[in-house]
Amino acid sequence: MLRFLARRVALTIPVLLGVATLVFSLIHLIPGDPAQAMLGESAPPEDVAELRSRLGLDRPLLEQYGTFLRDAIRGDLGRSLRTSQPVTSAILERMPATIELAAAAMLVALGFAIPLGIAAAVWRGTSLDHAATTVSLLGISIPNFWLGPLLAIVFSIELGWLPVSGRGTWANLVLPAVSLGAALAAILARMTRATLLEELREPYVIAARARGASRVRAVVRHAFRNSLIPVITLIGLQFGAVLTGAVITETIFSWPGIGRLLIQSIGFRDYPLVQGCILLIAVTYVAMNLVTDLLYGLVDPRIRYE
Amino acid sequence: MSRIGAAIVLITVLAALIGPSLAPFDPSAQLLAQRLDGPSDVHWFGLDELGRDIFARVLAGARISLLVGVVVVSISSSVGTLLGSIAGYFGGPIDEAISRIIDILLAFPGLLLAIALVAVLGPSLANVVFALSLIGWVGYARLVRGQVLRAREFEFVQAARALGATTPRILAQHIIPTALPAVTVQATLGMGGAILAEAALSFLGLGVQPPTPSWGTMLNGGRTHLLDAPHLTIFPGLAIAALVLGFNFLGDGLRDALDPVTREKRVSSR
Repeated sequence: MLRFLARRVALTIPVLLGVATLVFSLIHLIPGDPAQAMLGESAPPEDVAELRSRLGLDRPLLEQYGTFLRDAIRGDLGRSLRTSQPVTSAILERMPATIELAAAAMLVALGFAIPLGIAAAVWRGTSLDHAATTVSLLGISIPNFWLGPLLAIVFSIELGWLPVSGRGTWANLVLPAVSLGAALAAILARMTRATLLEELREPYVIAARARGASRVRAVVRHAFRNSLIPVITLIGLQFGAVLTGAVITETIFSWPGIGRLLIQSIGFRDYPLVQGCILLIAVTYVAMNLVTDLLYGLVDPRIRYE
Repeated sequence: MSRIGAAIVLITVLAALIGPSLAPFDPSAQLLAQRLDGPSDVHWFGLDELGRDIFARVLAGARISLLVGVVVVSISSSVGTLLGSIAGYFGGPIDEAISRIIDILLAFPGLLLAIALVAVLGPSLANVVFALSLIGWVGYARLVRGQVLRAREFEFVQAARALGATTPRILAQHIIPTALPAVTVQATLGMGGAILAEAALSFLGLGVQPPTPSWGTMLNGGRTHLLDAPHLTIFPGLAIAALVLGFNFLGDGLRDALDPVTREKRVSSR
């Protein structure tokens, strides 16, 4: 087990290095002079030169890269151009809001998907199954940047039940969480149905049925637990989609998280902050994939020996 | 389901090709006095914040969405198929290099890298296509690499090699065709993904810029009028969801039709 852990963690290091390299090179992809682009065309040359020097853009590329990596490892991602606040602390301030939203979206997704997937598998081929399949296909196809405003129109504007934006109370969380969790719920429901149907064909479930267990009991007591393994993996793999979705959902509902900070920073051409947000989201995603792989190896010993 | 998907896609393609010339209004014509008017007999989907006919703009937006989908999928699938087959066929350091690049690009969740690229390159249709293609090829390369690893051991491939066929000929005539069914399914689902991604970027203000009618840009314009004119949000969103649903139905149907395992299961479950 320790060898598996060490190998999997070691494999992550070159990926993280690649991610950091890509994020570093972003600023050099800006057409023309990055410092001029950040300050605008009308900025005086001395201001542009000062910013160029402050960001180290006047130093050799390799030296810039080395400094970026060294600082990033120490958690120093530079300062915001607009507010002069350290990028790391600006991101850390917004992180609880994004974690809260992502966790709530995951809960919404699981709360809808698991019962829907089980019902569709147990009553396979019935109108309930067709309805569940259609609902999940709709969930995958409806973009969250449309679902969010639609939910706001119905539940905030027409019915007046929930606030349309902001953060603070549980009521503020409902619409963003449903909007962000809907697509994940749809994917998970499809996966739960498919894996449960696979499990229901296994000899141990057929044996349970032969001993007189009802279909529902065979699902709940026997097949469901085993079908959860791929579902858990999918949740981990879909975490990236939740993080990217959060960028859009936070923008729609004015949710003060990292996603909104990223879009605001792009608008202000605050590139150190843009780089910081992108790096943090990518590193979180890599870490989540690592955790998922490790959990999977823990649950299913066959993975460790491959 | 796949027939419904094919019908939705076909209707959208027709709407994009001949719709704008049949539409009773110019998508850019402004009727400022009637701005934000709701749906009526004359303006079926109502008018937007500048008094432009939303139905005409949805039809014109179909062109942008399909154009982005077709170009992104064509570039991504060609580059991905080529690099995936090279990695799978040659193995060794070439495979290692391509696989590491794939790993790094896959370390960025979905749209994030596209957002980052468009943020630094500047918002435009060309940059959206570039960014989405740059992240899009990875999925195809991984898929094709796996297929090629399997196919290179087939007897007919070894026979071609023994007969002295050149590597490009073996790849083009014998190996890549074995991966094409899987690539076709991925490309169909990828059309939906590319259309969604373009709409998302445009919605965030990072994609197609106004006044060009793109469904995502139209949704973005509707955000400030949720209270007084929800039709600005409803119709472009409906168009995106319907087209993406169409491609998802079609992709699912193709996968079932082309995958022998699924086909067998379906037959045995009847």
